[in-house]
Amino acid sequence: MTSSLRVRAGLVSVALLIAFLGIWHLATRSTAPVATMSPEYAKLMGLTATQGKSAMPGPLDVGAKLWEHLKRPFYDNGPNDKGLGIQLAYSIARVGTGYLLAVLVAIPLGFLIGMSPLLSKALDPFIQVLKPISPLAWMPLALYTIKDSSISAIFVIFICSIWPMLLNTVFGVASVRKEWINVARTLEVGTVRRAFTVILPAAAPTILTGMRISIGIAWLVIVAAEMLVGGTGIGYFVWNEWNNLSITNVIIAILLIGIVGMLLDQILARFTRLVTFPE
Amino acid sequence: MSGKFVSIEGIAKRYSSAGGTTTIFENLWLSMARGEFACVIGHSGCGKTTVLNILAGLDEPSEGAVIVDGQAISGTSLDRAVIFQSHALLPWRTVLGNVSYAVSSKWRSWDRAKVRAHAQSFIDLVGLTGSEHKRPSELSGGMKQRVGIARALSITPKMMLMDEPFSALDALTRGTLQDEVRRICLETGQTAFMITHDVDEAIYLADKIFPMTNGPGAVLAEIVENPLPRDRGRTDLHRHPLYYALRNHIVDFLVTRSKTFAAGTPDHDPRNVPIVHIGKPGLAIASDAKPEAPRETSCPGQARA
Ligand SMILES: Nc1ncnc2c1ncn2[C@@H]1O[C@H](COP(=O)(O)OP(=O)(O)OP(=O)(O)O)[C@@H](O)[C@H]1O
Ligand SMILES: [Mg+2]
Repeated sequence: MTSSLRVRAGLVSVALLIAFLGIWHLATRSTAPVATMSPEYAKLMGLTATQGKSAMPGPLDVGAKLWEHLKRPFYDNGPNDKGLGIQLAYSIARVGTGYLLAVLVAIPLGFLIGMSPLLSKALDPFIQVLKPISPLAWMPLALYTIKDSSISAIFVIFICSIWPMLLNTVFGVASVRKEWINVARTLEVGTVRRAFTVILPAAAPTILTGMRISIGIAWLVIVAAEMLVGGTGIGYFVWNEWNNLSITNVIIAILLIGIVGMLLDQILARFTRLVTFPE
Repeated sequence: MSGKFVSIEGIAKRYSSAGGTTTIFENLWLSMARGEFACVIGHSGCGKTTVLNILAGLDEPSEGAVIVDGQAISGTSLDRAVIFQSHALLPWRTVLGNVSYAVSSKWRSWDRAKVRAHAQSFIDLVGLTGSEHKRPSELSGGMKQRVGIARALSITPKMMLMDEPFSALDALTRGTLQDEVRRICLETGQTAFMITHDVDEAIYLADKIFPMTNGPGAVLAEIVENPLPRDRGRTDLHRHPLYYALRNHIVDFLVTRSKTFAAGTPDHDPRNVPIVHIGKPGLAIASDAKPEAPRETSCPGQARA
């Protein structure tokens, strides 16, 4: 029953994809009559005017271009012409660095706040004010103080991924069942051992959920951050290709951003499943 | 069975809220000898769990002290094991993992193999051999409760504190576990303090029954000595000549006297509450306690012990 449901859902997905590609293809097909003009002028105007070709690339153009990119993802012809693989690697490296730094800060800090009602109350106003700030608003301050665009992008990732992790860790740690804590207390388990053997496993699913939200936000923010700081990365690539009026490349980049985002989410989902316990 | 192993000395518990302070109980005195099995019985909300938590060191009394083995307690101790009402197993650990956690907490220097072997012997004791590697979610309610018992016993405590350990179980499982707990406590000479709502459970297990009146301001009304022989069996309990007198006395307490009895009852000395010996069988059933009852008393209509 479930397997047949999965097969049917897969069929519908494929059908929807084909329909989408078909409509896209039809909508961007050459239709307008070819205007007669002098060869010089035609050269200036490009294919759009001379062959009635739509400025929007069709699925076949995108497919062909994508194949080209996939064949040589890591070429490097100077600052404005790098393979998509290299651009993605830059973005993933920035997200990874900022995110890991945020993990290193948010989880221990969240533990402290969650275990100490005093700290929790004392830090709450700061967290409430800092949390709603758009991560990009930090960018000028980061550029001014750090004076390095790449590190500034990493800082922005750090600051945007810290909040969901911090808040989820605090919540997870503070809401560990009283009875589990009492078990540890009656066994005279010390604070540190209790933190690792009871609180950490009990709060892990909540913490991992926060980490999953964070990686999603970090990947959303990196594109915007790289558009601002420029140089390298998939966000910069999108902006650069827009300046080159290469809509084909922009579409390819959008597709890849989606796929990488999905993969990052799947990885965290896998980890979440590992630490989740049935009750 | 002599001397005071556990002595609760004048404890009180109060909660303050916006509307003032509520006294759950105050001036509560209670003592137990080593190797004794005591049951506390009383209506919901009268403060039984609070007493047990104070005894365990999980909660602090607003006044008074608890003395165990000659020393005032401060905080929890590995000498006093708790079996929780909701079993409180760690769901991310297996059966063996849960028991091993307790064992390795008590003997920190033991290596893995020794901890496992020790834990395994207690899993075998409660009859869970073969389920060591299951997680709590894969166990039935009775099996979970057994793991809780194995965990408490595995640290070889001086005292076991049980908060309605069997109340969530069906009658059949409850009976089996009662047998096991009784056997283990007798064999190991455990001092046990148990909360229950079940009169028959108290009669079967307890040497002494402590009936508590309704809160707020609950008091220990009296101490009922169990007249049944030590080698009683669960199935032929009701054939004992004193069984019904004892049962009626307790049920009667729960039905009427738990409401009417109050701390202000004349002659009631909380430090030295009357000890009830259920006397001869087949005589009149206990009714209201006479306020002028002498200190060492028996039920009205029943012979003195
Ligand atoms: N944190 C608290 N603040 C205020 N009152 C409390 C608090 N904890 C418990 N109480 C009160 O203390 C009383 C005794 O609670 P306790 O859990 O000891 O009852 P109990 O006799 O174990 O009942 P049950 O048989 O239902 O388990 C209850 O009336 C409860 O309302
Ligand atoms: Mg209770």
